[in-house]
Amino acid sequence: MLKGRNLIDPQDFTVKEIEEIFVLAEEIITRPEEFIHLCDGKVLGTLFFEPSTRTRLSFEAAMLRLGGKVIGFSEPNSSSVSKGENLADTIRTVAAYADVIAMRHPKEGAPKYASYYSDVPLINAGDGGHQHPTQTLTDLLTIKVAKGNFSNLTIGLCGDLKFGRTVHSLIKAISRYENIKFILISPNELQTPEYIKTEILHKKSLDYIEVERLEEVIDKLDILYMTRVQKERFFNEADYIRLKDSYILDNAKLKTAKKDLTILHPLPRVNEISMEVDNDSRAWYFRQAKYGMFVRMALIAKLLGVK
Amino acid sequence: MLSINSISKGIVIDHIKPGYGIIIFKHLGLDKADFTVALIMNAVSDKQGRKDIIKIENEIDIDLAMLGFIDPNITVNIIENEIIREKISLSLPNKVEGIIECKNPRCITSVERGITHKFVLLDEKEGRYKCEYCDQIYSWEG
Repeated sequence: MLKGRNLIDPQDFTVKEIEEIFVLAEEIITRPEEFIHLCDGKVLGTLFFEPSTRTRLSFEAAMLRLGGKVIGFSEPNSSSVSKGENLADTIRTVAAYADVIAMRHPKEGAPKYASYYSDVPLINAGDGGHQHPTQTLTDLLTIKVAKGNFSNLTIGLCGDLKFGRTVHSLIKAISRYENIKFILISPNELQTPEYIKTEILHKKSLDYIEVERLEEVIDKLDILYMTRVQKERFFNEADYIRLKDSYILDNAKLKTAKKDLTILHPLPRVNEISMEVDNDSRAWYFRQAKYGMFVRMALIAKLLGVK
Repeated sequence: MLSINSISKGIVIDHIKPGYGIIIFKHLGLDKADFTVALIMNAVSDKQGRKDIIKIENEIDIDLAMLGFIDPNITVNIIENEIIREKISLSLPNKVEGIIECKNPRCITSVERGITHKFVLLDEKEGRYKCEYCDQIYSWEG
């Protein structure tokens, strides 16, 4: 039962609970007209303390397509945060107005802290370079559609694995399935954080390797998850400039890849996937974005207990 | 030979790793005590070579979680009528609050006013903790 729960970390929900969300999401994809009044009278609060267009629009579109309404702000300068209001007070106030809250914050752990002050379900819509569990629901649903199941997959995660919150969340979530192998592809400076290795990869004795070159391993992959090197996560711009084009996936690199490879990307993309790849049948990232809205519709409905 | 009188009623914190006595002393606020306290540093120990000891001639509330976090090998002896009434062995606590601060500049604890720094035990064998908010890993020795 997900009614009234928070989604802060991908492991907040069991595998079975996530499967329930996917079942509902697939029903919505098939028969969207049946769900247009599901959230009549309900309000979603979108608190975006950090700029985000896609995730915010995805949440807003999800609630509007369910018949609900949306309130909130898309950058802190337009809210009481600019007057010095602390996070706890902002959350307590908005929780009085909304039935469910989606929150993005540049600081890691902010949604967890906020959840202590919220009387309504709180969804982590991304916290710094830490976690992004609704992107993970999106990724998992896409993998489910593309591959049919989550087991026996070799998953390549490529790019900024240090600050790539979508990667951290995906590793946490998909590591619960059987016979998953990870190939972590990144520059040395942007390797997967220690807590993910300790808490997930080592603790569960998962099969993983870390490499620097995509070309060495692309032929082994069932899933290739590309990520952007995020300018906003660097304290030093010179480091960003040095690392930003570490990986560019193009048709030449895909020559040795499996015919049924699934290429994912949380978007927005900058340079890491060449546009020539967009027409390849293995490119799933735009379908992935669409699934994001449907899976958020299902999540909101479950947390509100209307389905 | 340094002589410290035994106490008649109070607490003896024993088997403290050398150098950690002063940290515990300050953390317990004993530097501001208006009752008799003694901090003994580098005492000879059969078990561990050298150790620190704190003797407190008073009944005070001791944060056992904090002591266990600093060094789970510490023992706490409750003294009554100059004899040990109770000997408490410590272990690493599952949760520590307000003892250390998260050093991750990207953590919410770096900006939010009034937030309590909280850590949860990640690895008992290696004494490693993670920040409850951002998951950054810490041990007492940094």
